[in-house]
Amino acid sequence: MTIWLDADSRILVQGMTGSEGTKHTRRMVASGAQVVAGVTPGKGGQEVDGIPVFGDVGEAMAATGANVSVVFVPPRFAKAAVEEAVDAAIPLCVVITEGIPVHDTAQFFQYAVNAGSTRIIGPNCPGIISPGVSNEGIIPADITGPGPIGLVSKSGTLTYQMMYELNDIGFSTCVGIGGDPIIGTTHIDCLAAFEADPSTEAIVMIGEIGGDAEERAAAFIADNVTKPVVGYVAGFTAPEGKTMGHAGAIVSGSSGTAAAKKEALEAVGVRVGQTPSETARLMRALLRG
Amino acid sequence: MDLYEYQAKHLFDSHGVPVTAGEVCATPDAAHEAARKIGSAVVVKAQVKTGGRGKAGGVKLAATPDEAQARAQDILGLDIKGHVVRRVLVTEATDIAEEYYVSFLLDRANRAFLAMASVEGGVDIEEVAATRPEALALVRIDAIDGVDETLAASIVDRAGFPSHIREQVISVLVDLWQVLVKEDATLVEVNPLVLSADGRVLALDGKVTLDDNANYRHASHADLVDKDGTDPIELRAKEFDLNYVKLDGEVGIIGNGAGLVMSTLDVVAYAGEEFGGVRPANFLDIGGGASAEVMSNGLDIVLNDPDVRAVFVNVFGGITSCDAVANGIVQAVGALAERGTPVTKPIVCRIDGNNAVEGRRILNEFDHPLVEMVETMDDAARRVAQLAGGAA
Repeated sequence: MTIWLDADSRILVQGMTGSEGTKHTRRMVASGAQVVAGVTPGKGGQEVDGIPVFGDVGEAMAATGANVSVVFVPPRFAKAAVEEAVDAAIPLCVVITEGIPVHDTAQFFQYAVNAGSTRIIGPNCPGIISPGVSNEGIIPADITGPGPIGLVSKSGTLTYQMMYELNDIGFSTCVGIGGDPIIGTTHIDCLAAFEADPSTEAIVMIGEIGGDAEERAAAFIADNVTKPVVGYVAGFTAPEGKTMGHAGAIVSGSSGTAAAKKEALEAVGVRVGQTPSETARLMRALLRG
Repeated sequence: MDLYEYQAKHLFDSHGVPVTAGEVCATPDAAHEAARKIGSAVVVKAQVKTGGRGKAGGVKLAATPDEAQARAQDILGLDIKGHVVRRVLVTEATDIAEEYYVSFLLDRANRAFLAMASVEGGVDIEEVAATRPEALALVRIDAIDGVDETLAASIVDRAGFPSHIREQVISVLVDLWQVLVKEDATLVEVNPLVLSADGRVLALDGKVTLDDNANYRHASHADLVDKDGTDPIELRAKEFDLNYVKLDGEVGIIGNGAGLVMSTLDVVAYAGEEFGGVRPANFLDIGGGASAEVMSNGLDIVLNDPDVRAVFVNVFGGITSCDAVANGIVQAVGALAERGTPVTKPIVCRIDGNNAVEGRRILNEFDHPLVEMVETMDDAARRVAQLAGGAA
């Protein structure tokens, strides 16, 4: 078992005919994922490596049975693409696109909430992988194999780093939720799903400065998570008021600091590593303990 | 991007939010001329992107153009919490009857927007929120529905604005929401919003944060970028399209992915505690799938920072290929030597992931005395901290 992405996932790539879309379609296919359709408005009838391209999401779903979507379209078209996926009621829509105006994200997120049938992951995220089972997005599939750890992270490369550090144990599902100020799927959503997933025995949660998602996740863990959780928080040295790459990674005033997040997690019994490697050691000790 | 008060008020004005007449001035002479044109008493206000400028002597009243010139002379060049005052706003003085607070902002936790309003303005709103939360009305705003007159009226009523100015404040809120939406702002704040003695409701100060991701649909926002106030290395990095932030330490940092680079800063700072407290000198993210050229530009930027004593290249190749990173290092070192400014600072590299074996082979073959490879991130951080500390 895994969360959200399993052997029955049939992937539809929005923006497949663009350079990023084509490149990552090939990577997903090479890793064994079932990519069944592409969607690019006005390019219905074309093919990419033998995969049919459709003019809209609803048509692609009807023709191919696609049940998850991944979005690679450029920022200025992303809102329309996501709303189209929501209109087609696809259950999962993973938005890889970086640089979407936050007003657009706020609107398409609300649009999905109102419709009530689509989970959004991202935007500005690396996607989701259930190693050895399926892979939707840009996470390299050769870092780690299947295993009992669930991973949720705001950061792409820290996700890869942690998958690498613990590749001797392996992962059920790794979710890169993205570093933007508004994201469709939160740490809490992932924690709840991992708690309910019988194949996940322990959870690594990677956070970073900005907002209070980690503090709220800590409160959620205290009340709802029985599986062991190990944490890591990046950004202790980040100065106030400076954006560190991720649009959401900014400390304003006294809120959103790494220290506050670490403290909140430790207060509910989550062991927090000082470096990614130490975090991996804590997880290894915990699973072997 | 945070705006200066005068820029924020300009946006307010263009969307119908009432502000006082004013002019931004870079010299005392210009302040004299601005005050003469306004023709009444003025306030001379330091333009800095930080709070507490009043207490720091950055806001002064002037009755005449001569006084305005003298006050501008006092304020220009002041250092307010590390921000040097380069411009003042000379604006019509207002006889204030009452002070209020209104703002709209992105609400990350609720994944929507939030209105905040209080009839206790002109003070630190965080303090009002902490000590008298009942005095601050918080109203969730749906990103699709936005703010119309009905919602604005309910914000005004919940905050308890007096009935004789109710319509004026409703109109301010509707227009202020347009500033947020039309300009792609994540924050618009008016503190204080005032009622003047002659019965006008005015935005006396303004704070606006714009979403840089939306720059593509606002050509005019490029003019709001503050070149004087930006670190020269940051400006140069921007020309290369690199994601760079200058920090105050000695260890240059280059990595891929915002999270990994932030983590690298932390790991170096911990390791630095053992070596005289050396700290990261910068944040530099070369991004996903970086080419050798991007890596080379990054190294060039970091090596040219006079504060840097040693550089740490920390890459985990996901999409990024480690051989491109290694080639970038070789190119940059070669180009600097050709330019007559050979590398004199040690470069510690930790490269893992996609094509790491080839990347390491390239660096081994390069065999440069100042470039060394260390296997793990923690050990590499310790090594670079040692090198930076030792050079002190």
